[in-house]
Amino acid sequence: MRLTAIAAALTICTPVAADEIWISNEKDDTLSVIDIDTLEVIRTIETGERPRGITFSKDFSVLYICASDSDAVQVMDPETGEILHDLPSGEDPEQFVLHPNDRHLYIANEDDAITTVVDTESREVIAQIDVGIEPEGMAVSPDGKIAITTSETTNMAHWIDTETQELFANTLVDSRPRHAEFVKDGTELWVSSEIGGTITVFDVETQTEKAKIEFEVEGVHPDRVQPVGFELSEGDETAFVALGPSNHVAAVNAETYEVEDYILVGRRVWHMDFNADKSLLFTTNGVSGDVTVIDVAKREPVKTIKVGRFPWGAAFRPTN
Amino acid sequence: MRAGLIALWAILLREALRFVRQRSRFIAALIRPLVWLIVFAAGFRAALGLSITPPYQTYITYEIYIVPGLCGMILLFNGMQSSLSLVYDREMGSMRLLLTSPLPRWWLLFCRLLASTTISILQVYTFLAVAAIYGIDMPWHGYIYAFPALIVGGLMLGALGLALSSAIRQLENFAGVMNFVIFPMFFLSSALYPLWKMAESSALLRDICALNPFTHAVELIRFALYGQFNAAALAWTVLAGIVFLGLALWGYDPSRGMKRKAG
Repeated sequence: MRLTAIAAALTICTPVAADEIWISNEKDDTLSVIDIDTLEVIRTIETGERPRGITFSKDFSVLYICASDSDAVQVMDPETGEILHDLPSGEDPEQFVLHPNDRHLYIANEDDAITTVVDTESREVIAQIDVGIEPEGMAVSPDGKIAITTSETTNMAHWIDTETQELFANTLVDSRPRHAEFVKDGTELWVSSEIGGTITVFDVETQTEKAKIEFEVEGVHPDRVQPVGFELSEGDETAFVALGPSNHVAAVNAETYEVEDYILVGRRVWHMDFNADKSLLFTTNGVSGDVTVIDVAKREPVKTIKVGRFPWGAAFRPTN
Repeated sequence: MRAGLIALWAILLREALRFVRQRSRFIAALIRPLVWLIVFAAGFRAALGLSITPPYQTYITYEIYIVPGLCGMILLFNGMQSSLSLVYDREMGSMRLLLTSPLPRWWLLFCRLLASTTISILQVYTFLAVAAIYGIDMPWHGYIYAFPALIVGGLMLGALGLALSSAIRQLENFAGVMNFVIFPMFFLSSALYPLWKMAESSALLRDICALNPFTHAVELIRFALYGQFNAAALAWTVLAGIVFLGLALWGYDPSRGMKRKAG
């Protein structure tokens, strides 16, 4: 009884760590960790050269980092910030996606025009799939059956059967596809095209184009409106799309595919991630070297936080 | 004490009546900042966002930046307008009537100052309401916090108007006030551009802007509109207000006038 009381008191006295957003800083070779409660950087951790894509394992026990210029995917212990080991990744890994089996990493090798599949447990390459030139965007369907690579120069989305690790379809998209996501329980695939200035929506069943989303920011030249990373709000109702050097994030109605709002953020917005309940969105602003926090319900920027130089990827980590 | 309050009430009422009756003055006072907000700011919209500068927590458009400066503009123009009406009152003789009252002269002048500040603040809130309808709104508590900042800023600029009116002998000289006081004060301040932007073109220009009391009145309002307190801006504004009030009291000192006449 007494011990329980002491334990309870200790629990009350011990400060509860807030959830975190991890940011990769491409130019500084570091990660910045943002405390979601205080909206301040609480840790800066060194990584390999040119960290870009970052993602946590399903249980958040390890962080995978695409250290592009180190030609490695690094595995980090998020508690200590220590690099545990490197995974064989192929040359110049830029983006990757973790398969729902929490084991296979699908990595886009920008310089080699291949997608490398790595087993994170055995630390072995289990497949290398030829795709278009300069592969970048990576996605995997929620059921794990399909992986997607988008190639920047070939302007295609390449559909990979994860059973056979072979391509089963290639679909054209607008110029320089950067990012891909499966939405609405994997029934749709969205691909953003940076130069084309669009998002192409595919029906996954038939791999055919279903819709095309275009953007127009008042007062900004259309050449600067370049869709890159995007994320979907709770229930896949709204897509938030980073529009690169237009310094805006678009809020798109995912049902009607219409743009409802544009939110001003920092310079050259790249990627983003939500907090636990998806009430806050954190965007990485490459050129201005900061992260803008958006109130999702109000669709308003709340604060912009200075991080390292050229922030690129963002990943949420719960700590409770 | 009671007589003082009656005087205050009478002066406030007179200014309010004058303001209500001169509807064109009210409309002009509102149109001026709105033209700046809707026309001028549209040209400098900064769709790509202005860099972060306190009290802002993130990137903002130019329209958002300019609003506190336009609040300051209303206070400045109204302060000068009040000085113009003081010169008019003096020419018409009503000023003499007021100053022959047995009440202390400083109190009468302060009442006059308070009256013109009250009118200015009414105009500022009307402008802020129109700006909110236009889509540029502040955090709700900012409208409350801005009230004391507007009083301090309004009193300082009103005191400047009062000091100037003591020096202007004729209504015709008012054009000089426009050219040599209002415009330099407004343009050499942080009302239209942040100081870091001024520093990009000239360090000297930035230093002049930083010394300008109007800059500090604007910054006091800007911070207050976002629920923040800027102690340095308050100190500068209060100091400038005391100096201007001192100059006004000195300017309206009857013994000084006697001496001049005797000389």
